[in-house]
Amino acid sequence: MSISELLNKDLTEISGALVRREVSAMDLAQGYLDRIDAVQANLNAFITLDHELTRKEAAMADALRAKEPTSPLAGIPIAQKDIFCAEGWLTTAGSRMLENFVAPYDAHVVEQLKKQGFVTLGRANMDEFAMGSSNENSYFGAVKNPWDLTRVPGGSSGGSAAAVAAGLAPAATGTDTGGSIRQPAAWCGISGIKPTYGRVSRYGMIAYASSLDQAGMFARTARDLALLMDVIAGHDPRDATSVDRQDAPCVSVLGQDIKGLRVGVPQQWFGAGLSAGVSAVVQASIQELSKLGCEIVEIDFTMSEQAIPAYYVIAPAEASSNLSRFDGVRFGHRAEQYKDLTELYERSRGEGFGPEVKRRILMGSYVLSHGYYDAYYLQAQRVRRLIANDFERAFERCDVIAGPVAPTTAFPLGSFGADPVQMYLADLYTIPVNLAGLPALSIPAGFDAGMPVGLQLIGPWWQEARLLNMAHAYQQHTDWHTKRPEPLSGAAS
Amino acid sequence: MTQWEVVIGLETHAQLSTQSKIFSGASVAFGAEANTQACAVDLGLPGVLPVPNRAAVERAIRFGLAVGAHIAPVSIFARKNYFYPDLPKGYQISQMELPIVQGGALRILTKAGEKIIHLTRAHLEEDAGKSLHEDFHGLSGIDLNRAGTPLLEIVTEPEMRSSEEAVAYARALHALVRWIEICDGNMQEGSFRCDANVSVRPVGQKEFGTRCEIKNLNSFRFLERAIEFEIKRQIELIEDGGTVVQETRLYDPDRDETRSMRSKEDAHDYRYFPDPDLPPLVVSEAWIAEVASAMPELPSARQQRYQEALGLSEYDAGLLTASREAGDFFERVREAATGVDAKLCANWINGELSAALNREDLDFSASKVGASQLAQLLMRLSDGTVSGKIAKELFEIMWSEGGEVDALIESRGLRQISDTGALEAVLKALIEKHPAQVEEYRGGKEKVFGFFVGQAMKATQGKANPAQLNSLLKTLLAGD
Repeated sequence: MSISELLNKDLTEISGALVRREVSAMDLAQGYLDRIDAVQANLNAFITLDHELTRKEAAMADALRAKEPTSPLAGIPIAQKDIFCAEGWLTTAGSRMLENFVAPYDAHVVEQLKKQGFVTLGRANMDEFAMGSSNENSYFGAVKNPWDLTRVPGGSSGGSAAAVAAGLAPAATGTDTGGSIRQPAAWCGISGIKPTYGRVSRYGMIAYASSLDQAGMFARTARDLALLMDVIAGHDPRDATSVDRQDAPCVSVLGQDIKGLRVGVPQQWFGAGLSAGVSAVVQASIQELSKLGCEIVEIDFTMSEQAIPAYYVIAPAEASSNLSRFDGVRFGHRAEQYKDLTELYERSRGEGFGPEVKRRILMGSYVLSHGYYDAYYLQAQRVRRLIANDFERAFERCDVIAGPVAPTTAFPLGSFGADPVQMYLADLYTIPVNLAGLPALSIPAGFDAGMPVGLQLIGPWWQEARLLNMAHAYQQHTDWHTKRPEPLSGAAS
Repeated sequence: MTQWEVVIGLETHAQLSTQSKIFSGASVAFGAEANTQACAVDLGLPGVLPVPNRAAVERAIRFGLAVGAHIAPVSIFARKNYFYPDLPKGYQISQMELPIVQGGALRILTKAGEKIIHLTRAHLEEDAGKSLHEDFHGLSGIDLNRAGTPLLEIVTEPEMRSSEEAVAYARALHALVRWIEICDGNMQEGSFRCDANVSVRPVGQKEFGTRCEIKNLNSFRFLERAIEFEIKRQIELIEDGGTVVQETRLYDPDRDETRSMRSKEDAHDYRYFPDPDLPPLVVSEAWIAEVASAMPELPSARQQRYQEALGLSEYDAGLLTASREAGDFFERVREAATGVDAKLCANWINGELSAALNREDLDFSASKVGASQLAQLLMRLSDGTVSGKIAKELFEIMWSEGGEVDALIESRGLRQISDTGALEAVLKALIEKHPAQVEEYRGGKEKVFGFFVGQAMKATQGKANPAQLNSLLKTLLAGD
C-alpha cells in the first residue's frame, strides 16, 4: 500500500501499518501535512499549523514506538480542536481574544492522547468559543464543507469534521455543548461521539457552558471512536464534575449482538421541521437497525420544544461568566489605547470578541441579572430537569434512541447571517441530549441531494459502549461511512 | 431630645489555616514574592477548573460545631460576578443561597454582663488578589498570591447595640477561631478582618434605620473607632434633618473617620448563580462526626468545668477561657503543680503572670516564666517553703533573670522561717524594744498588731511564716 493510499484509511488500519512498521509516525505526519498545505487555502480547516512542532511530536512518537511494549496508537496523527490547551501550541478558541495565546499547559484530553503517542497535525478551526452551528463565527474565517465548498461544514467543531472528511487526518478532537460534534459529523459524513457529561475531563478545555460542555472525538468508523474513547475517558481529580467509574473498555464491547435491543424513535422528531430528504434517510437507517434484529418502539418527548429556549438561557448565562476572565489584564487581547480601567475592559473585550460571542454574553448577563434570574435562569433549570425526566421515562421503554441529528443537510455559507435565531432552532435534536447530559453519536446514514445525512443514536447515562456497539454493527452492514468526497484540488489522491 | 438606639451586625472574614488554596494546590504562605504563589487555576487561565479543598471544608465544619450551628448536608458554591483586575476569573466563588454553616451563636461578656449574639451564617469563599498602586510610576500592579486563599465569612444577626458589644463579639470570635485552630487570627496580615453594618433608630422604634457598611476594619481599635464615628455621624445627620443613605463606607484610621466608597445606586448586580464547575458540596453525617471527635474542648465547656469541678469563680474561669493559650497554660500548671489548689493556680495566672504578660505585651506562648516554673513556685508556696511575699519576689526574679525555683530559694536564702523558737526570739526582742506600742495594743488599739507584723517581717527579710507569726505574736502580746 502506498503512503497516499494509507492516508485515506481509517485509524484502525493506520494503526496496523504502524504496528507492522510499514510506516513511521514521521512519514504519516509529513504525508498529512503535505495534504493539508495543499488544501488549507480552500478548506480553511486549521487555524494553526506548525510543521516543526508536529515533526517534533512525530519524532517523539517514533521514539516511543522503538520501546516495548508500544501503544498501537503511537504515531497516529490527529487534528486538535483549537479549544484544548496544548503546551507550546497557540490555543485561540477561534477568537481574536486569544489570537496570541500560547497555552502553558496540556488539557486532560491532550495529555491522554500525548501519553499514547498521538501526533498533533494542527489546531482545527472552530466557531469562536464554540458558539455556533456553522463554523462561520470563527475569527479566522469560515471552514468549507469538503462535499461542497459553497456549504458550511457545521459547527462548532467544523474544522475537525472537515479535516477528517477531507482525508487530512484520520481522527480529530471536538467538543459538544449543543451538538457541536454530532452536527458537523453528520454534515461532513463522518462518525462523531459526544460522551456522557462527566465521562471526559474538561480540564484544559476552554469553557463555553460548563454544565453542558463535553469533549469527544471524530473518526471514520465507530470502531475508531471506541478506541479513542478508551484513551480520553476516565476520572480526573482536576475536574470536580469528572466521574470516577470502572466501565468495561468500549472496544471490548464491539461485536456483541444487537439483536433484541429496543430502539426508541421519538415521534415528535419526525414532524414538521424535518426535511423530507433527511427524514427518508433516517427512517431507512432505522429500518436497517430493525433488519439487524432491533425492536423499534415509538417514544414520546413532551418537553422537546422547550429545549432550545432553555438552552439559550443556560448556555449564555454560563458563558457570560466563563468569558469574564478575558479582560485584557493577564493574557489575551488588550486594546492598545485606553484612558482608564473601564475603557481597558470595554475596548479589549469589544475588539477581542466577535458578534455572536457578544450576543451570548449579553443574553447571559441579562438572564442572570437581578429581577430576571427566577423568570429565566431558574425556569430554564426546571425545564432542564423535565427534559432529563423525558429521557429517563423513554429509557424505561428502550435501550437506545434513534433519530435525526439536524433537520437539513449542510446549508450554503451565509444562509443565516441576519437571523441567528433561525440557526439556533436547527439544533433541536442535539440540544436536549446536552441538557440531559447523555451520551450520543452521529454516524453516516446516507445522502440527500449529494450531501451527507447522519443518524443520531442516544444512550442512557454511561452507555457509550452500547451506542458504539450498535453503530459498529450498523457499519458492518452498510457502507455509508466509507463514502468520501471528491478529492479537493491539490490534494493527492 | 430623641434617644437613639444603635444596631450593629458584623461580617468577619477569617482566613482558614490550610496549607493550600481553596480551589487549587498553590501554597497560601504569607509574604512571598508577588505572583510566585499563584498557579494556573489562581491566574484564571483559559480551561482551568476549581476543585474544593477538603481541609477548608473541614475547618468550616469545625466552626459550625463550635457555635452550635446547623451544618448543611448539601451546600452550593455560587459565582459572584464582577470585573476587577485582582479578580482573575471575573467572578469570585462564594456561597450564596445555601451556605455550609447556618445559624449558631456566640456568647460575649461586656461590663453589663453576658449576652448571646446569634449568627446568621458562615460560608466558604475564595479571596481575591491584591492591587498594588505604589512603586509602578502611575501604573498599578497585581499580586495574585492571595487569590484563592480560603475564607470563612461569618455573619451575625443585627444584635449588637454598642461599639463595646461589637468589639466584645469580635474578640470572642477571634479567640474562638484561634481556639479551634481554623484561623491564625493575624489581623496585621489580614487573616481576620471585619466589616460592620451600622444603623441607628429612635429608642422604641421597631423598624431598623438605614444602614451603612463600614469596610477595612483590621484591628479591634479601628472597629471601635469606626463604629463610634459612624454612630455619631448618623445621629448628627438625622438630627440636622438629613437622611442616612445606604452605602458602603471606608474607615480611614489616619483621619479617624469613615467616608463613602459607593452608594446603593452604584452597587454591583453580582449576577449570582450556582457555579457549574462545582457539584453541590456534600457533607455526610460521618464526616461531621469525624470532625467532632477531633474537636478540642470548647471555651464554654471548659469554663463550666473550671467552675463546677475546680470551684473557680466565674470571673477567673472566664479569664482562663478567654483564649486557648490561657486555658492550656492553666492546664499545664495544674498538671505539674502536684497538690496545689486550683484556685491558687488561677489566681497566679490571672494575677502576677497576666500582669507581667500585659506589661510586656506578650502572649502565653512567649511567657518568660513557663508553666512548669510557675508550678514549682506554687508548690513551694503552698507547702510553706516560701511566703506569698517571697513567692512574688521569686516570680519577678525568674521573669527577669530566669532560674529554677528551688535553686533560687537556696542560693538566696529565701526559705521561710517556720521555726517557732527562732520566731519567738525575734518577737520577744521587738516587744522589748517597743514597750509603748505594747501598751497601746493592750489598751485595745488592735491596729498596732500590724505594726509588729511589719517589724517582724522586716527583721526576717520577709521570710517569716505569716500564719505562725500571727499566732505567736498574739500569744506574746496578750502574754505576761
